[in-house]
Amino acid sequence: MEDYLSLLVEYDVLGAFWVNIQLTLWAGLWSFLLGTLLALMRISPIASLQWLGAAYVNVFRNTPLTIILAFGFLGLFGQLGFTLDEDLNVSLFRIAILGLAIYHAAFVCEAIRSGVNTVPLGQAEAARAIGLSFMPAARLVILPQAFRGAIAPLGNVLIALIKNSTVAAAGSVAIETSTVMKEMIEFRSDVIYPIFFTFAIGFVILVIPIGLLTTWASKKLAVAR
Amino acid sequence: MSAQQVLFDAPGPKSRRNILIGNIIGAIIIVGLIGYLIVALTAQGQFAPERWSPFLEWDTWRFFLLEGLFYTLRAAAISVVTSIIFGLIFGLGRLSHVAAIRWFSGIVVEFFRAVPVLLMMIFFWLLLGNFGIFRPQDSPFVAVILGLTLYNGSVIAELVRSGVHNLPKGQREAGLAIGMTRTQSLRAIEIPQALVAMLPALVSQFVVILKDSALGYIITYSELLAYARRLGSGEGNIFQSLIVAAVIFIIINFLLTSLATKLSRLLSFRTGGKTRKDKNEKVLVADPTNTGTGVGAA
Amino acid sequence: MRTTRYAAAAMAAAAALTLSACGGGGESGGEGGGEGGGEAGGETVRIGIKFDQPGLGFDEGGSYTGFDVDVAKYVAGELGYTEDQIEWVESPSANRENMLANEQVDMIFATYSITDTRKETVDFAGPYFIAGQDLLVPADSDISGPEDLEGKNLCSVTGSTSATKIKEEYPGVNLVEQPGYAECVSVMASGAIDAVTTDDIILAGLAANAESGDFKVVGNTFSEERYGVGLTKGSELCSDINAAIEKMIEEGAWEEALQNNLEGVDYEPNAELNPPTPDDCA
Repeated sequence: MEDYLSLLVEYDVLGAFWVNIQLTLWAGLWSFLLGTLLALMRISPIASLQWLGAAYVNVFRNTPLTIILAFGFLGLFGQLGFTLDEDLNVSLFRIAILGLAIYHAAFVCEAIRSGVNTVPLGQAEAARAIGLSFMPAARLVILPQAFRGAIAPLGNVLIALIKNSTVAAAGSVAIETSTVMKEMIEFRSDVIYPIFFTFAIGFVILVIPIGLLTTWASKKLAVAR
Repeated sequence: MSAQQVLFDAPGPKSRRNILIGNIIGAIIIVGLIGYLIVALTAQGQFAPERWSPFLEWDTWRFFLLEGLFYTLRAAAISVVTSIIFGLIFGLGRLSHVAAIRWFSGIVVEFFRAVPVLLMMIFFWLLLGNFGIFRPQDSPFVAVILGLTLYNGSVIAELVRSGVHNLPKGQREAGLAIGMTRTQSLRAIEIPQALVAMLPALVSQFVVILKDSALGYIITYSELLAYARRLGSGEGNIFQSLIVAAVIFIIINFLLTSLATKLSRLLSFRTGGKTRKDKNEKVLVADPTNTGTGVGAA
Repeated sequence: MRTTRYAAAAMAAAAALTLSACGGGGESGGEGGGEGGGEAGGETVRIGIKFDQPGLGFDEGGSYTGFDVDVAKYVAGELGYTEDQIEWVESPSANRENMLANEQVDMIFATYSITDTRKETVDFAGPYFIAGQDLLVPADSDISGPEDLEGKNLCSVTGSTSATKIKEEYPGVNLVEQPGYAECVSVMASGAIDAVTTDDIILAGLAANAESGDFKVVGNTFSEERYGVGLTKGSELCSDINAAIEKMIEEGAWEEALQNNLEGVDYEPNAELNPPTPDDCA
């Protein structure tokens, strides 16, 4: 037990989790914005945008995240010379955020579309009847209800995002939970169980409240029909 | 399609012009993006023939890509079977009327749904190395299967549970009324219907398993991605190798997603006793692709 | 183009083997008969190598190439095994000790550095090569050692000892950690990375296989990695393997294998240390 506690002093476990939380928050924000835009494109009257939205979702939803993150490094940074900060490691951290956001935006888009699914036809008909065109109807009538209906699936995307942020090691973010856990176990394989449970419980503590909160919110904010 | 048109008026001359402008802008964005990528990557020599020519050789496919794909599919196929078994056991456990079993199953399912698959894989990989049960070269494979099974099995357990919960109450009541016990009604009436209803979601879960199996290369399991990397380091074209690997994944997963869509359409006709979700049948975008979130990892 | 190069290497290796088979057939029969003879004679030998390290141990799709592979083939030949009797097994760095402890392989040739920690669980024959941590840079770069890296972008593999060493001793370097060296080299070709670090011979192997970009190994090593042959604790093969390595060096087959596998790269192994003299067997 003492051995195990001394490990916690030597390795910055909380710091590793903080890296994952940062990745999640930023990627969550960007994927939400991008995903909403994509959902709008997919329900818009403009065929080329519909096509672009659908193509985006089909490509990124079906590609393993590891490959997307590898392209962030090899393609964006390596070939296109894309940098997001003067400091190399900050830049690569942001590129990893971008990769996570690009992947999860496809799922945010689908979550919002499933939210649009919950909006009854009459709402759109009513919006049309009072003379609203597509954007005002979407902004004032459809999306506010759709977001409420999409809370539960959006919560699932956020949960997946937290867990998937561990894959960022493939996108050159080295000090996050999966790499730190691996190093700790390789260094002290005799306390492998406590090490694993420390990290596992950490994720349980992060994930379960989001699940409960989104379930509660989706019930509380559900549009009464 | 008809449902979509509800969102906007049948376009008049003015909005038809606006839509045309929008289409042109959209097309310019698409062409611009693709053009930029082509120009920028050509400047870096990424389209040089010698970087792509290996993919014209049968040996590249036979010894690297198809072989890697075989190991990917093998891990995924085994995991699907073990996940379904795990999911059935714990899904039924959560429906049990013995409180202790219900609680135990609940804790197991919630735990494994919360822990990242990659952490589980790394843990089992390093753990198995300490035991002598499996050959050392097999421990990555076993760790991949275990990680995928525990996570996806837990998701399937939830599908089983919600599938049964979403059945109309009358189904169970009818079972009880003809003298079945709760277990009998569950086994003979509710589960079979729930399984049929969850089939599309199950196929979507297969996509998640396939994508997540790509995490295996991190723990030295030689699957498609690992083979693509190996090919890339031998030929000096890792960028191209990963693109080809990504395309293979996209095609397979796209086919599976389409299958899920077809299944869910087919089943919505087939199951006369609708599941409860169909309450909101008149909705804006009738979209059968929403068969599950399927975010998974990797 | 590439195929021909590999083919040339394979032919050279085969030639070296035939030579050794002529010269050493009787001798190894006499020596091996007493000690390791039980395994030879129709039996196979399981040799652990890297499958993903071009220039050292690489799976070409059923055939294996690289310097480690050539040395392994020579040594196996000296122990009385024909090439058909060799069963190649992939042994990634993390699995090597376990594979030996569980007797899944008979010997390992996989850029396996002899260290005191490892000696507690496994035995080593050799070394058959002495590598050192070094830098791979573009041919026109003026970086000549780790002290020139201040503020530069350096790439290595996540969690590798090379990466750890740089982090500890040269904190001013921008270290990027990637899952594999191929990523590092690919990005260095486009100029976004200034140098790649790991053992010099691994760097040379990578450079020999890079399709584009002109690279050089700096040749200013800052560590000593003595590549040994990993053996199960208590194995009796050590002295025979050492004799085979000495003979390989003496005959010039060692030099030839090195040349063939690292052709076309600006790289000379550290001449003071190479070719090495195998340690005494414990």
